[in-house]
Order: sequence, then structure tokens, then C-alpha cells
Amino acid sequence: MKIFDLIKLPFNKNNPVTVQVLGICSCLAVTAQLKPAVVMALSVTVVVALANLIISLLRNTIPPRIRIIVQLVVVSTLVILVNQILMAFVYDVSKQLSVYVGLIITNCIVMGRLEAFAMSHKPMESLLDGIGNGLGYGVILVILGFVRELFGSGTLWGYPVMEKLGLYKIGYENNGFIIMAPMALILVGIIIWIQRSRNKDLCE
Amino acid sequence: MEYFNIFVKSIFIDNMIFAFFLGMCSYLAVSKTVKTSLGLGVAVTFVLLITVPVNYLIDKYLLSPGALAWISPSLASVDLSFLSLILFIAVIAAIVQIVEMVIEKYSPALYNALGIFLPLIAVNCAVLGGSLFMQQRGYANIGEVTCFALGSGIGWLLAIVGIAAIRERLRYSAIPPALKGVGITFIITGLMGIAFMSFMGIKL
Repeated sequence: MKIFDLIKLPFNKNNPVTVQVLGICSCLAVTAQLKPAVVMALSVTVVVALANLIISLLRNTIPPRIRIIVQLVVVSTLVILVNQILMAFVYDVSKQLSVYVGLIITNCIVMGRLEAFAMSHKPMESLLDGIGNGLGYGVILVILGFVRELFGSGTLWGYPVMEKLGLYKIGYENNGFIIMAPMALILVGIIIWIQRSRNKDLCE
Repeated sequence: MEYFNIFVKSIFIDNMIFAFFLGMCSYLAVSKTVKTSLGLGVAVTFVLLITVPVNYLIDKYLLSPGALAWISPSLASVDLSFLSLILFIAVIAAIVQIVEMVIEKYSPALYNALGIFLPLIAVNCAVLGGSLFMQQRGYANIGEVTCFALGSGIGWLLAIVGIAAIRERLRYSAIPPALKGVGITFIITGLMGIAFMSFMGIKL
């Protein structure tokens, strides 16, 4: 596989969320606004990339029987670091993300990439694969965050777009329902629908 | 009465799937038939029921600020809460392993029924999520924590059995090819979530 493909494929043909169906939990829960979605996307990218790199460096020394627990220890160490950094620098976002930062540990993307890729590839390729998958996950998060914040609360990154456009004066109302949990699921369903009708070979 | 309230609340209102999207990965992957999803649901409930109270005791007597005071008063200022993530996941992995061995020894029939699902539960985010919510919401005593754990497990079980029953029927319906499989499952989960929203605000 070409090096470039490692970064490119996760954006479309091998997207972790819409094609591999991994890491759904956090993807839906943190996307009511754009800012936490971006922070979450970056945190996951950092964790996947570094965990892939470390596990790939260790892959020949890990006994296969206990590999899951070794992977969990590496990942939880990285997540604790990310969690402490978020609490130190962006405390308000870290409060919004609440338990979902901790849940990066059991995010299936992380474990999935470790098992499927890092255990059998060289460190450099694994690092790129981690970055590619983290960003592929991030793209979906940003799309969801954008749509849900714009139509749900009429703002983007906290900036009142709809109000500045003067839409409220002519009778526009925010669709509060789109911030609710079920709407996130339906939006992901629609994204999958659009993607699969453009790529027929992804259909089941 | 408080116990019953927490129990009902965690089944219907704070449902793991419809309100917090926890355990979505196995929810989507294993919900093809009612029988297997029932097995996984029972296993998750069982593991939640054991791990959450154990993690509550660990949190209360080892990790939270000043918790070590029962060993000696000089330790009263120690705050180990940053270790909670790694300790929780270690406890979960260990307990899943022990539960697996105990079931294998004393009830081979149940072991065969649950078989492949048991080891997977260690990385199910609903289980770690249960422990993290327990820490965040500050339940008063171990009774409340147990009710919360049992309720969350049963809520997850209801959700996965419900979607599995619907998916068994969906096989015979005419769905656009691009929406088949994952896409329609997301949208139906969203609709089920809307139905569960009607429980919001119930207080017993």
C-alpha cells in the first residue's frame, strides 16, 4: 500500500465512522456544538497516532495472550495525559466533553486500528495510519458539529451567525430538536446514505 | 423509593444507548438476531452489576480526594483521582476475566451461550461509561450505585433486543440499496430514541 493512501483512504472509502462503523459513541455525543467536536477530533487523532506508533514499536515483544491489556495500558496512559492537558488549557470544553474523554480508551477506533494495523506494520506506517484514521473520524465530527450547531442553536463556534444574518427578524426559528440525541443518529444515517449512493461499491 | 427512582430513571430516561450513545459499536455489530443480542445484553448487565459497585468502592476508599484518610490521618491530603481511568479499566478487564473463568467452571451451558461476547465486554464503552457516570453523579451509597448499574444494564438490554427484533423484520422490506444495513439501523435507532424521549421528566 502506498504511503499516501494511508492518509487518504480513511477520508472516504475506508472512513472509520461511516464504513468501518467504529467509534460511534463519542461521535454522536460530543457534536451538539462545533468547538467540543473539534477538540474531541484532535484528542482522538493524537491518541490513535501515538498509540499506533508505540504499539507498533513494541509489537515484537508483546506476548499475544496479554496483548489486549498491554494495549489498554498504553491507551489509558495517553488518554490520561490528554485529559490532564485539556483540563489545564481548555477547562470549559473539557467539562462539556465530560466522560467522553475518558471513553477514548474504549473507543473502538483506537483498539480497532491497534489490532488491525499496528500489530502487523512498521512504526512509520502505523503512525500515518493513526493520523489518517483520526482525521477521517474528525471530518465526520466536524460535519455533524457544524450542522447541529448551525441549525440547532443558530451559532458557529459560539458566534451568532443566524442573528447577524437577520433571519430571526423575518420569522426564522432554531430547530431545537436537532441538538437532541436522536437527531444525531438520524444525521449519521443520512451521511451514510449520501456517501453510499455516491460509492456504489460500499453498499451491502 | 429513591432506589426505585434511580433504577427506573437509568432504564428509560438516562438510557445508555438512546441518551448517551454508549456501547454503540457492539450494539450495531451484534444486533442481527434476537437470540445473540439477548445473550450480549445479559452479559453486559451482569458485568455492569459487578464492576460499577467495585469501582465505587475503589473510588470512595482509594482515589477521591482525602479518601486515604482511613489508613492514616497523614494521608488525608492525597488526591489520586487522576488515576481513576487506568484503575477502572484494569478492574473491568480483570473482573471480565474472572467472571469468564467462574462461569466456565460452574455453568458451562451459560458459558457456551455467552462465549465470544464475554471477552469483548472489557472494551464495551457502556461498561466503562457506567463507572465514569457513577463517579461523576456522586451517588450517596452503594445501594444507589447498584440500582444504577442494574438499571443501565437492563436499559441497554432493552435497546439491543428491540433493534434486533426490528432488524429481523427489515430483511424483508424494500429499502434503498444505499441505505441498507448500517444506514437504516442508525435512522431506526434515532426513531426509537425519539420514542424513549417521551419518558423524560418522569419522577417516581
